[in-house]
Amino acid sequence: MTADVAVQSVRQTFNTFTALHRIDLEIAAGEFVVLLGPSGCGKTTLLSILGGFLTPTEGRVLIGGRDMTHVAPKDRPTTTMFQDYALFPHMSLRDNVAFGPRMRGSGRGDRNRRAEEMLALVGLADKAGRRPHELSGGQRQRVALARALAVDPDVLLLDEPLGALDLKLRRQMQEELKAIQRKVGTTFVHVTHDQEEAMAIADRIVVMNEGRIEDLGTPQKIYLEPRSLFSAGFMGEVNRIPVRPAGQGAESALGPLALTTDKPGTLCLRPENVGLKGSLALGPARLTDAAFFGTYHRCHFTPVAAPDMQIVAHLPLGDLPETGAEVALWGTNPMILEAA
Amino acid sequence: MRVLGWIYLALAYGFIFLPVGALVLFSFQDGRLPVPPFNGPTVKWYADVLGDRDLMAALVNSLMVAAASSAVALVLGFLAAQGLARVALPGSVVMRGLLIAPMTVSYLIIALGLLSAFNHIGLRPSLMAAGIGHVVINLPLCFAILFAAMGAHQQNAERAARDLGASELRVLWHVSAPMLRPALLAAFFLSFTFSWDEFIIAFLLTRFDVTLPVEIWSMLRSGLSPATNAIGSLVFLVSVALLVVLEFTVFRKVRK
Repeated sequence: MTADVAVQSVRQTFNTFTALHRIDLEIAAGEFVVLLGPSGCGKTTLLSILGGFLTPTEGRVLIGGRDMTHVAPKDRPTTTMFQDYALFPHMSLRDNVAFGPRMRGSGRGDRNRRAEEMLALVGLADKAGRRPHELSGGQRQRVALARALAVDPDVLLLDEPLGALDLKLRRQMQEELKAIQRKVGTTFVHVTHDQEEAMAIADRIVVMNEGRIEDLGTPQKIYLEPRSLFSAGFMGEVNRIPVRPAGQGAESALGPLALTTDKPGTLCLRPENVGLKGSLALGPARLTDAAFFGTYHRCHFTPVAAPDMQIVAHLPLGDLPETGAEVALWGTNPMILEAA
Repeated sequence: MRVLGWIYLALAYGFIFLPVGALVLFSFQDGRLPVPPFNGPTVKWYADVLGDRDLMAALVNSLMVAAASSAVALVLGFLAAQGLARVALPGSVVMRGLLIAPMTVSYLIIALGLLSAFNHIGLRPSLMAAGIGHVVINLPLCFAILFAAMGAHQQNAERAARDLGASELRVLWHVSAPMLRPALLAAFFLSFTFSWDEFIIAFLLTRFDVTLPVEIWSMLRSGLSPATNAIGSLVFLVSVALLVVLEFTVFRKVRK
């Protein structure tokens, strides 16, 4: 099953600390939404409010159109996949996964069938009789997923579930999560601080910072057209060049630039959008050092006009000038954001 | 140096086990007094003891009081530990301290306090009164053992259980208690042995039906006899049996 979620002006305070400032968020049924942000940004607090582990200080939470603000976790159509998996160590995998159906009054035969079906979905059908401590981290992870899905929730909440896995396994689990989400069609709300993970799995990313939503949209939109400097910086490396309007174009430390802006802001250029060709002339610059990164050269340039500034560029293989050489730098896809 | 070590070990064990060894040995004494010289083995005193109706009644009483008081102390201690581990209330440190405090009070003081309290509410000295006394001394023990055994791991599992639709009672029954099984067993068996051995409270709070230590004490008043050694050996045997059961069930599992 699946349902839409609406968070309406939710505010959360802990004593004097405000964890969430009036959050509004609409999540469509069947959507895979990722809450992304640094630690302490309020993403886990918001997830706890969706799961019913916290009652917001103000505001409402609607799931499938019904007000769930004051409903206990056990009576909500949500389940949570916890960061440390929280499997029951004294039960077999089958009993772990069958726990939810059992609490909902399903008989032994039914719930075991359901558990085995779910374990098959995550590729652990042959291990139903094992105990959690006999499994690897990645396998425990899958059991936690199977257990959370066994009760057929409308919304699955995932609290940094891949945080404890090593990088390779993490990439693999991301693909599996995405595939499983497509298959079951449940609304997934996933919390992470890893922007690559967010881009890999999300239909839509919600970037959070200091208890507010900074930006939201598809991975592509957030990466290419971020709404704020924070969002631009959090989604990946970015060169920041302060600019202010001057006549027809803009003035900057690099000299006049062929940009139109009506107020002072920051020109943001991703390293892969800086190079020896492009649509926006950045003036002459000297290559100070370069490193080989496999699919590109990572280069540091010092503009001739502003020797204190450093511009990072990822140049395609074979395009590398000599270190110390002076070249004309160009930019593509410039974004101008207001200073925060 | 090695030899000295062994000698020290032998002396230490001798010091610990000589009294028990002598007790058991002279329970087989063929004679009227349990003192050297040893006159050769007989099991007549065991036959006497096992045929003694008062003694056997006291033994059954002791088992009942120990089992019932340990069970009650365990349940109360478990619920208290569960509650205090989960909810952060103002003053929960004080509450924890108050729960453990009776451990530092002498049994004699507890017994006197209970005696006057029971007198006030009209509860006569009885096995029930002694049992309540044993709950008073064992509850702090059960609470301390169980509270120490709880951790974040268990609280997360409980939260997951609630999330999956379990009511509080079912969380306790299906998740908390099974995860605490080793600690629960340890707390129960320790309480059981403490209650089984306890004399002062039982002495002051029972009258017609008495527990075994009280019965042994009244036997001793008529002088030494190999019969008291025999009953002492039986009590010792029960304690050893409990310890062995504990070793093979609880602690084995904890290590794994």
